[in-house]
Amino acid sequence: MKDDTTNRPTDLSRRGFLATTGGATFALTFLPGPGAIARAEGHAGRVNAWVHVATDGRITIHAPAAEMGQGVQTVVPMIVAEELDADWDDVSVETAPVDPAFNHPIFRGQYTVASLTVRGYWMPARLAGAQVRRALMMAAAEHWGVALDDLATEPGAVIGPDGRRMGYGEIVATAAIPGTPPEVAPEELKPVSEFRLLGHDRARVDVADKSSGAATYAADIRQEGMLYATVARAPVTGQSVGAHNGDEIAAMDGIEAVVDLGHGVAVVGASTAQVFAARRALDITWSGTPDGTRIDSERDQGEYLARLRDEGQAADKLFSSSGEAEAALEAAHEVVSREFVTEYCYHAQMEPMGGVALVNDDSAEVWTGTQWQTMALNKTVAATGLDPAQVTVHQLFMGGGFGRRAHTEYIDDVVAIASELRGRPVKLLLSREDDVASARLRPLTAQRVQMGLDEAGRIVALRHAVACQPVAPYMYGQARWEADEGADIITMRGSSMPHYAVPDQMAEHYYEMRGARVAAWRGIGAGYTKFAHETMIDEIARMRGVDPLDYRRQMASSDRVRELLDHVAGMADWGEARAEGRALGLAFAEYGASLAAAVAEISLDRESGRISAHNIWAAADAGLALQPDNIRAQMEGGMTFGLSAALKEEVTLRAGRIEQSNFSDYQVMRMAEMPEIVVDVLQGDDSPTEVGELGLPVVAPAIANAFLALTGRTVNHLPMTPERIRAVLEA
Amino acid sequence: MVTLNVNGREVDVEADDDTPLLWVLRDELGLTGTKFGCGIAQCGACTVHVDGTARRSCVTPISAVAGAEVVTIEALAEQDHPLIRAWQAEQVPQCGYCQSGQIMQAADLLARIPDPGRDDIRNAMTGNICRCGTYTRISRAIERAAREG
Repeated sequence: MKDDTTNRPTDLSRRGFLATTGGATFALTFLPGPGAIARAEGHAGRVNAWVHVATDGRITIHAPAAEMGQGVQTVVPMIVAEELDADWDDVSVETAPVDPAFNHPIFRGQYTVASLTVRGYWMPARLAGAQVRRALMMAAAEHWGVALDDLATEPGAVIGPDGRRMGYGEIVATAAIPGTPPEVAPEELKPVSEFRLLGHDRARVDVADKSSGAATYAADIRQEGMLYATVARAPVTGQSVGAHNGDEIAAMDGIEAVVDLGHGVAVVGASTAQVFAARRALDITWSGTPDGTRIDSERDQGEYLARLRDEGQAADKLFSSSGEAEAALEAAHEVVSREFVTEYCYHAQMEPMGGVALVNDDSAEVWTGTQWQTMALNKTVAATGLDPAQVTVHQLFMGGGFGRRAHTEYIDDVVAIASELRGRPVKLLLSREDDVASARLRPLTAQRVQMGLDEAGRIVALRHAVACQPVAPYMYGQARWEADEGADIITMRGSSMPHYAVPDQMAEHYYEMRGARVAAWRGIGAGYTKFAHETMIDEIARMRGVDPLDYRRQMASSDRVRELLDHVAGMADWGEARAEGRALGLAFAEYGASLAAAVAEISLDRESGRISAHNIWAAADAGLALQPDNIRAQMEGGMTFGLSAALKEEVTLRAGRIEQSNFSDYQVMRMAEMPEIVVDVLQGDDSPTEVGELGLPVVAPAIANAFLALTGRTVNHLPMTPERIRAVLEA
Repeated sequence: MVTLNVNGREVDVEADDDTPLLWVLRDELGLTGTKFGCGIAQCGACTVHVDGTARRSCVTPISAVAGAEVVTIEALAEQDHPLIRAWQAEQVPQCGYCQSGQIMQAADLLARIPDPGRDDIRNAMTGNICRCGTYTRISRAIERAAREG
């Protein structure tokens, strides 16, 4: 089911077109649909151009969202170019400034999360491109003295009666561009069948520089007179700096300042090497015993489970409900109940957190790679007391996002440090050890899932309980948590089964307010909720002696799902005999409006308990596929992330401190352990839907289901480390 | 003071002898294509060539490379190296942060084994983490570079 806000015609404000030297600038503001917040205006003195057409025909399109490898720097401008009917070879893409003109229509800020960038900007970007095209046609019509209806476009040019043509550059040079954007109704947009750019693979605009070391990340910024800094943060949120040896540290070679930030200590100096050496010598006693200091991940998961088992304990929040799940479970022919545990996970983005800031008395600049540019700007304004017009945030590429850079605490820190060292640019970079120690984690979870079966063995009722710390209060604060009435989509995502015909369902959240630093982590809740659903489905199918593919086909609520399942089954030769010691596992998961299915082929070393994945075949239906190869790339990446989470990734906490420190003890997937991954992208509906996280949720259950096929045993704890697998085999 | 040869140019460096080569490249010489990932030779983002062999610059003190030939991604970019072309053709990078190190490691592999098999690639590249999960394409790009030269 689609949220229709994304396809609703979007108001474009009448901010006007500006004739500028050497071309015309088309400034359009994307606004949320009717009933949403008041119109946002750009900061004074800035031209916020979605599109600039130069007199030589070059077209510059601003990319509004944060590029972290998912391709939005390419595809959102390409949507504009499609409706503008631009020649893509004439188009340059520039990162947009931070300005309400570029707000995401759903998030009402420049915020790149939840795989919603393309889905959110889809209609507004089309309309913006169409409006610019219409304006160019109107100018040509006037110039030629012909009717607008007699004109058409070819890439980069308006075509008149008798085959007359005028390039877009020539039009802005010689004809009068209308002062305000013309109206374009959604039904006047180009039919999908006439797309020239979208649907055909093009090189991503960032790939060349990212293949030659030329791409710039925040860590690469160099400014005249720049100082280097790193921060040791309190291991637990709410702790503060007690005693420290800052005086000794300040005397070390190259160190210029030691700054007490309250929640941490910053070391500032002449080079990264000197600052890191000083950080290693820094000795801090932390004070305070906030709740988080009592976290013990091993003990806590037992407490979470005990709470879910206690029938007397009601859930804190009914997250979603359809039908009468409790009554349906009572009435069910049989109820299958299972428990699951998943551990804390670290984003392990390759570029440790950091950024650069320069604070002066009347201006400030920040260079950062963030998923939330609007927050970076707002925080800098608040911290410096400057006017928004005096603050510039330069958005750079991110060395990995995955939800980590939706948090912005590194902006707070670098601006605070730069405010102490006014007039000097300061580059903050954490060591990997400090990045791990101050990680924002996917929460530890326990789940209890009850499925009610009818006499034919079909699942007719679902009750899904999740015990974990919600992410929203920590990320967004108490006010928003209350406004959202305690619904935490980040941790509860995927807890219903919308694509199986299960009439009675409920999902409940048991809050575990433990004081951990938590975050959205690629795939969010679906990374564990789908593990629960899809492994139970396989177990039930096998108990009944039904093929897991057939069982899913029977329960699928649409042909779309059945086609996807059949497609991936065909890719994997489902039903064909495998080599000795190998087995297949199937899983299906939706992510938002998109669907994915995967088959994993594994083998097992029974002595060590090590699972090896040899092949994963996947099929993705993300609606209209705008850049099919990029969808494949995102699926490959998401599935590798999912495989890493399924087999390896685990953060443990004791007395609130993270016990891991670096890639030596936080293991992620590496090349030697990689399966062959093959992805097919199916052409779905007529608008694009979620991609970036779509590959992740199917992997863990596909692996576990292959393990079930191989051994007859179920796994209910992620990650499926060799130790856990040995325990399962020995049980 | 240590004298280094970086990308064919002699440079005098004021930093202490035990300063990791990575920070001299990045902070002093402005060669920011070489990245910092872990600082303990666990991720490969900082990989450069020292006398033609891949080395983790984050754990290589500059005193250890005095007089040696240090080559960074910037030099391969100037040569329009076949791996860089293959990386583009296969659309390998996502976030891109690890890719300089991946390419430097792959160049070391191709210098030793011009026509590597899958297992050669897996073994040579397993010390380089790509968190975005571009391994499938890295492997394909190395095969392409070997094929197209």
